[in-house]
Amino acid sequence: MQRSAVTIQSGEDVVRVRQEVRRIAIEAGLGLVDQTKIVTAASELARNTLDYGKGGQAMIEIVQAGARRGVRIMFEDTGPGIPDIELALKDGYTTGKGMGLGLGGARRLCNEFAIESAPGKGTRVTVARWK
Amino acid sequence: MDRIPILKLGEALLVTIQVDMHDRLAMALEEDLTTRIVEVSAKGVLIDISALEIVDSFIGRTLANIAMIAKVLDAVTVVVGMRPAVAITLVELGLSLPGVRTALNAERGMAMIRTLLANDDHAYGDEAEGAA
Repeated sequence: MQRSAVTIQSGEDVVRVRQEVRRIAIEAGLGLVDQTKIVTAASELARNTLDYGKGGQAMIEIVQAGARRGVRIMFEDTGPGIPDIELALKDGYTTGKGMGLGLGGARRLCNEFAIESAPGKGTRVTVARWK
Repeated sequence: MDRIPILKLGEALLVTIQVDMHDRLAMALEEDLTTRIVEVSAKGVLIDISALEIVDSFIGRTLANIAMIAKVLDAVTVVVGMRPAVAITLVELGLSLPGVRTALNAERGMAMIRTLLANDDHAYGDEAEGAA
């Protein structure tokens, strides 16, 4: 099964995450719209890992459930964590300079979305898009 | 650092984004375009994004910023060539690109800029006549 890990330490790495997710989404057989959605979600989450998590990594893999195939991505950082996840998911809420669409938008673009975070320990966001 | 080339075409500036932009490159484009609008007294800005495979919130915000800055500097911005899958994704992401005019392709975009500028001239003409 295809698997790929990308370290996120710079803006160029965010582009690298997009390219790897695209490559693996094609490999998984996702259609163009599904590819575009998961790549866009990955771009938002990779930027969060960089800007808020102070860097981390993305693990991208093909997943299979019966006859269905999809792409799952796990973003991990050891940054300051998110004190209030519900608030962070709200559209328009941001502690940075963005528009506050990243986390909530990424959730809408994926079939599966999970977030774990503890203040001072870091954040892990897992998303998946199925064919 | 790489820069995205900006071409002058009559009263308009033409930008074709052909690379997967990282955030600093998008910010550099915003700055460069602002400088060029003033330098050449451009009245229109055409941004072709037909090569872009995604528009995320950062790129979307950059496009909206460019349109706002251009407006303050008396220039109209038209974004052209958005791919269908990108349009679907953008709406689901929650991005509405406020203040950004769009056209299907570069040809229609240029026609739109010409029409907007012609109407603008006309409006000035009418005003002048009324005042006389």
